[in-house]
Amino acid sequence: MNELQTEHYRALASRIRANCVRMVAKANASHIGSSLSCVDILAYLYGGWLSIQPGEPKWVERDRFLMSKGHGAAALYATLAEVGFFQKDWLESYCCNGGKLAGHATHKSAPGVELSTGALGHALPVGVGMALHAKTSGRSHKIVCLISDGECDEGSNWEAFLFAPAKKLGNLVVIIDYNKIQSYGRIDEVIPLEPLADKLRAMRWDVREVDGHDFGSIHGGLSAFDASGNVPTCIIAHTIKGKGVSFMEDSLAWHYKSPNEAQLQTALDEIGER
Amino acid sequence: MRNTFINKLTELAAIHKNVWLIAGDLGYSVLDGFAERYPTRFVNAGVAEQNMTGLAAGLAMEGAKPFTYSIANFPTFRCLEQIRNDVCYHNLDVRVVSVGAGLSYGTHGYTHYGIEDIAIMRPLPNMAILCPADPKEAVRCAEISLAHTGPMYIRLGKNGEPDMHHAQCSFTLGEPLELLRGTDATILSTGSIGYTGLQAAQSLRASGWDVGFISLPTLRPLNVGRLHTLLGSCRRLFTLEEHVEAGGLFSLICEISQREELGYRITPLCVPHDLPCLGNQGFLLQALGLDAAGIAQRISAQLT
Repeated sequence: MNELQTEHYRALASRIRANCVRMVAKANASHIGSSLSCVDILAYLYGGWLSIQPGEPKWVERDRFLMSKGHGAAALYATLAEVGFFQKDWLESYCCNGGKLAGHATHKSAPGVELSTGALGHALPVGVGMALHAKTSGRSHKIVCLISDGECDEGSNWEAFLFAPAKKLGNLVVIIDYNKIQSYGRIDEVIPLEPLADKLRAMRWDVREVDGHDFGSIHGGLSAFDASGNVPTCIIAHTIKGKGVSFMEDSLAWHYKSPNEAQLQTALDEIGER
Repeated sequence: MRNTFINKLTELAAIHKNVWLIAGDLGYSVLDGFAERYPTRFVNAGVAEQNMTGLAAGLAMEGAKPFTYSIANFPTFRCLEQIRNDVCYHNLDVRVVSVGAGLSYGTHGYTHYGIEDIAIMRPLPNMAILCPADPKEAVRCAEISLAHTGPMYIRLGKNGEPDMHHAQCSFTLGEPLELLRGTDATILSTGSIGYTGLQAAQSLRASGWDVGFISLPTLRPLNVGRLHTLLGSCRRLFTLEEHVEAGGLFSLICEISQREELGYRITPLCVPHDLPCLGNQGFLLQALGLDAAGIAQRISAQLT
C-alpha cells in the first residue's frame, strides 16, 4: 500500500471518527468506544475493498457486509454516509426522536445496512447462509462479517464457526474487532478468548492477525483472500476501544458514556476534524 | 401427516427451484428423498438450531425459500431470537417446520412436547401459522407455503393421523373449514387432534346435541369474517388444541371475540403443563380427557 492510498483511508477514517463523536454526543448515546475501535476497519472495507454501488444498495453482485456488532452503529452509519449510501444530514438525528437511524444497526431506514443487528451472535449465521447461496449458485461476491470480541461468547457464533469450514465457504470473511473490553469487564476477566487464533485454526479457518488501526496491516491480512477458495477467512483485528480519542481509549466507561461539549471539542481536536 | 407434507414438498421442489430444506440433524428416512433429488438444496445444519435458522435467513435474503426442519421445540424455542430478528423482522421467506406437534412424542417426555409453540409464534411480526389436522390439510399447507410470501410456521403431527377430510383440500390461507354445522355449540379445532374432535362432535350429535365442527388449519392470518359467517347464530364454542391454554387457539378466539364484540362463550379443551402420567399420544390424550369420549363427555356436561 502506497502513501497516497494510506492517506485516503486515514482521511476517510478521520471523517468517520469525527461524525461518530458528534452523533453520540448529540444523542447522548452509548457505545462510542465500540464504534471508534472498528472505524479503521470500516474505512478500509468501504474505502475500496468492498465491491459496492452506494447508489444501488441492493445491486445483486455487491459484496455483502454484515455488521454483527450492531451497537457500533454510529460507525457504520457514518461510513455509509461518507461513501454515499445516504445523505450526511441523517447522521444529525442519529438515535434521536424522529430520526432515521436507530442506536443499533437497522436495515429498514438506512440504505446499505444489510441486516438489523444489536442482539449479538446473529450476523455470522446469516452470513453463512449468504455464502452458501453464493457458492452454490456460482457467484463470485464475498460476504464479510464484522463481529466483536465480547460477541464471541455467543454460542451461535461457534455453531457458525464449525459450519462454515465444513461447507468450504471460502467466500466468507469474519473480522473480529478484538478491542479486549466487553460490556462489563475486560475479555480476559470475563471469558478469556485466548488462544483465539489457535482455536479458529483448529476449526479449519484461515486465520490472520492484524493491527486493526494500521491500514497496511489490514490490507496485508486481506490480500490473500480468494473468494473462490475453500477455506473461510478470519481476521483477528487487534484494536483499541475508543481509538483516536485519548481519554476514551481502552476504557470500559466509554462503552456507556457520552461526551459533553468540552469533551466533544477535545475529541474533534485530537481527531483533527474540528 | 409429516411424511405426506415432506413428500408433497419434495414433489413441488421440482418446480419451485428456490426451495431449500435445512435439517437440524433430524429427519432420518423422512428427508432422504428430498436430499437425494436435490442435493445442492438440502443442508444438514447439524445440532445447531441458531445457525440453522440464521443461515436460512441468509439464504432467503438471496432469494431462496428455505424450510428449517426439526422436532417440536428445537426449531422454535432454541432459536427464537433468530426467528424474531433475522426472519420475521426482515420479513423473509423462511418456513419453520416443527415436527411432533402437541404430545406427538408422548413417551419421550416433556422436552419433546410442542405445547407452547403457537403462543411464542403468534406475536412475531409477519409470521403466518399453519397447523394442519390431517394429511389432506398438510398437502394443502405445503402448496400454500410455496405460494405465500413472508415467514411461516408449520406445525406437523407425525403419528399417522387419519384423514379427516374425504376430498383433497383447496382452502386458502386463513380459511376456516366447516365439517359440521351446529346450533347448540361448535368445536373449533386446530392441529392433529382434529380427527378426534370430529368423532366427539359426531358422538354428541348422535346423543341429540346439535354440535358443529370447524377445523382451523391456519391460525394466522385467520379469516374472522368467514368464521363468523360459518358460526351463524351459534355463540357457544369449545376450542380444541394440543397446546396449553395460554397463547394458543383458546387465547386467539377469546381475543377475536372481545375485539370484534362477537359475544362468544368459549370453553378451552387444551393440554395442561403437568401431565398425569407417561404415555404415548393416545394414552396421554385419554388421560387428559381429550380422546373422543372424553371430549364428548366434557362438552355434554357443559351443555346440560
